[in-house]
Amino acid sequence: MLSTDEDILSQAEAWAKAGKGVAVATVVETWGSAPRPVGSHLVIDEEGTFLGSVSGGCVEGEVVTEALDVIGSGKAKLLEFGVADETAWRAGLSCGGRIAVYVEKVG
Amino acid sequence: MDLKLLSALNAARADRKAAVLVTDLDGAAPARLVTDANLAGDALEEPIRAALRSGKSGVVGETRVFLTVQVPPAQMVIIGAVHISQALVPMARQLGYDPVIVDPRTAFATPERFPDVALKAEWPDVALPPLGVDRYTAFIALTHDPKIDDPALLHAFEKDCFYIGALGSRRTHAKRVERLTAAGASPEAVARIKAPVGLNIGAISPAEIAVSILAEVTQAWRQGIA
Repeated sequence: MLSTDEDILSQAEAWAKAGKGVAVATVVETWGSAPRPVGSHLVIDEEGTFLGSVSGGCVEGEVVTEALDVIGSGKAKLLEFGVADETAWRAGLSCGGRIAVYVEKVG
Repeated sequence: MDLKLLSALNAARADRKAAVLVTDLDGAAPARLVTDANLAGDALEEPIRAALRSGKSGVVGETRVFLTVQVPPAQMVIIGAVHISQALVPMARQLGYDPVIVDPRTAFATPERFPDVALKAEWPDVALPPLGVDRYTAFIALTHDPKIDDPALLHAFEKDCFYIGALGSRRTHAKRVERLTAAGASPEAVARIKAPVGLNIGAISPAEIAVSILAEVTQAWRQGIA
């Protein structure tokens, strides 16, 4: 069965209660054609295990990397991703849209 | 995000309560959780009410405040352990509903016909109250029998289900409207019944009718929960 965004938040709570460092990433804004709607979550634990999706796979790798940084520092970040050729040095969205992802630590 | 806030958000969902997590993206104010209990008088009461009606998360206007909106997962109550219900159950599950079937006719409501699904072989007045029918429930009456469908529909009106559909031709439905009105239902409530049930896609087989019903339910959930 597909995990809903709600199941994902329950998993984040379970990880945090098990003593793991956890971050929640949330799509807070989208422009143009975006793969996942505003409010979609990706949750990440300190080992890089993740559940959910903020882009259907395009930028998850980078969000996970940033999330590990957020888990370490405790400081939230707002990430923006655009089409691949505009931000050639980092992951991009092949569908041509842009998304903003807020990443914060749980705890 | 505070773990307590995350726990409270998850607890509200388990309890089928709507909740909104308010996050300042600049970190200027701590995040907070707003539910029915503390919504009145909140600084963002109006935008939060609007967000709850739409069920959509988003940034408030031109601000840097983000609302994570959580409305309870939709449930589905099907009146009638009939042929269409057999097609409807697996498809409804694919859409994330956890269907319950109510039918007092024990010849219909058998585990052989409905394996692995919650089946209440009781009259609606007994079966429905414990089910927690609410605003976030799709309610579908399929028995064609007024003795069963009518009291069930009255219950659905009372609970203000987001979708209320009933099987039957226009003529059957006109008679149903008369009966429900005589039973005390308001014209607004009766007008909420989708009948004939389902979008008009020319459905003939039970599976096709199930598709048309679920398309209409999805439309109500995504476009009309307000």
